[in-house]
Amino acid sequence: MYIGVDLGSRTVKIAVWDGERLVDHRIAASGFEPHRQAEKMIAGYRAKVVVATGYGRHLAAGHFADAVITEIKAHARGIFHEFPGCSTIVDVGGQDSKVISLDAAGRVSNFQMNDKCAAGTGRFLEIMAASLAYTLEEFGRAALATEHEAQINSMCTVFAESEVISMKNRGIARDRIARAVHSSVADRLAGMLARIGHGDPVAFSGGVARNPCMVELLEKRLQGVRVLVPELPDITGALGAALHGTGV
Amino acid sequence: MTATPFEIKPYPEMWASLDMDVPRFDKARLMLGEAYQKTYLSQQNRPAGMAYFDNMIAEIHGGRIKELLAAKAEGRPVIGTFCVYIPEEIVLAAGGVCVGLCGGSQGSVPDAEKILPRNICPMVKSAFGFKAGRICPYFQAVDFVYGETTCDAKKKTWEILDTMVPTYVMEIPQLKRQRDLDLWLAEVKDFKTKVEEVAGRPITETDLAKAVLVMNNKRKALQRLNSLRHHKPTPISGKDGLLIEQIAFYDEPVRFTEKVNALCDELEERIKNGVAVPTKNATRVMVAGTPMALPNWKIHNLVEGAGAVIVNEESCIGTRYFKDLIDENATTMDSMLVALTNRYKEIDCSCFTPNDERITQVIKEFRDSHAQGIINYSLQFCHTYNIEEIRIRQACEREKIPYLFIESDYSAEDIGQLQTRIEAFLEQIGE
Repeated sequence: MYIGVDLGSRTVKIAVWDGERLVDHRIAASGFEPHRQAEKMIAGYRAKVVVATGYGRHLAAGHFADAVITEIKAHARGIFHEFPGCSTIVDVGGQDSKVISLDAAGRVSNFQMNDKCAAGTGRFLEIMAASLAYTLEEFGRAALATEHEAQINSMCTVFAESEVISMKNRGIARDRIARAVHSSVADRLAGMLARIGHGDPVAFSGGVARNPCMVELLEKRLQGVRVLVPELPDITGALGAALHGTGV
Repeated sequence: MTATPFEIKPYPEMWASLDMDVPRFDKARLMLGEAYQKTYLSQQNRPAGMAYFDNMIAEIHGGRIKELLAAKAEGRPVIGTFCVYIPEEIVLAAGGVCVGLCGGSQGSVPDAEKILPRNICPMVKSAFGFKAGRICPYFQAVDFVYGETTCDAKKKTWEILDTMVPTYVMEIPQLKRQRDLDLWLAEVKDFKTKVEEVAGRPITETDLAKAVLVMNNKRKALQRLNSLRHHKPTPISGKDGLLIEQIAFYDEPVRFTEKVNALCDELEERIKNGVAVPTKNATRVMVAGTPMALPNWKIHNLVEGAGAVIVNEESCIGTRYFKDLIDENATTMDSMLVALTNRYKEIDCSCFTPNDERITQVIKEFRDSHAQGIINYSLQFCHTYNIEEIRIRQACEREKIPYLFIESDYSAEDIGQLQTRIEAFLEQIGE
């Protein structure tokens, strides 16, 4: 088995590839020692090669992984496998968001990643959902269901949270604020895509791609460009790492 | 390499006599020593000639300060600067010492943020904090600071800095038309007058001609080092190359030139013997952008930590400092000052508009250095370099040069993200 392990900032994902197809996958919270979590998760499989990616990749290399690739390359590999020929990826993970351009052979030709702050990331959405007393699922659904929108100006998580609080206290409806938060993230992603230049279709990976409102709003902004979401968007990186393992 | 652990030498009595915050500075000294040990002395296969530069770091807060104080005792002016546009030749001609001041460390930023706005350039904040916290012996030792008008953060900070140390300002124009160059020449003349006043003696043609030679020789030595770094495979790490460029700003120029040339002799031997640092096939990266003041080794550390090597810095602490020489044929004071100003105007800082020559220069250095990709580095809130980034990026796209832009400050909080971006960039080059 070729095992890809994505040690992300919020969750650890594993993908198990038997040489022809994805036979298993798992997701668990990273915890304090993500490499121990990962080790537990892969313990039951007969691994031929283990490839680590994500923030904890070097930690994993020090413990169990045979090779390491960045999450940029891992997502490129995973998406190109799911959607051959796709030239643009938006990945929104727990701690960062990135846009990756691929060449015709699926190699990374350019990428952009948000820098220091959490703006436009999964964590940003989590914090905003919590301050509106939604679960993540409710948050996306509520935002999708409403047509009315308020406006969030701040991109900084800390400032955006105080903006949300002041909107709450002005009596603005919860679903409208939720919609505004989603819009602000979609604007940011569309901006990153415009900066780097994108093809058609655009693939959307990472846990945030499971949020239906994010997908719809991004699609709207891209005006006619198809946004493709893999069946298991969270494990794209882990899958890419597993696929990389076949060549190690 | 070293049997005894590396230490930055303490000089508590001298520091106290300079009115420094000694207990605090001593902690900073230990931290810098540790960082140096980890970043520099852990490198494999360093040239023997680096021992001199290691010692320059060990004596950064001692030996070199003693030299400055000795110069002062002889009545020679000691002038602190922040920018490659301040003509060092004039200070040297008056028998003085010109030193680049501290400004590359996160440690002094909180001192600055007690007074200055937070959202300005980290180099300006760091420098200001060193003075405000009394934790830079160079700042404490200088007669005065000579600033310039190359950015808004600096030019407004000089007004505040002046309340702590006498600070004069040279106006650097923002365009290069004839009337701007006339103004520039007048500013150079004012600078000469100011230096003569402090030195208590006029600068003669002979003095200036000698100083021009000293500085040209220093630049030639740095050019030589740079072209040896361009050899494939490169005989010296980018970290060591950067360190020498940083030390260039505070070392005694004649001695420094000798040591750089001696190191270059050794590097030529290494090239003959096929010595490669770190390995023959290491990915070669060039850095372009804003200065990396000592001890800012952040990008070099990440790039070389990932197994690649940096072979060129297109930066003020890099080629912008030494790529141009002064015409040595002028004989009258007036024509010498014109020749000097003409050399300084060749520096292609992003504070100028338009600045097409820099775009050409970046691509030229990329070709000359046989690099495989460019990392464009801009300090946070450095508007001119940050915006000029667009044109550098477009040029790289046109030339099909792998390109990565990084905007960062001195803090460690973005190390994880930067590491990912740099490793992904190296993967991209390698594919």
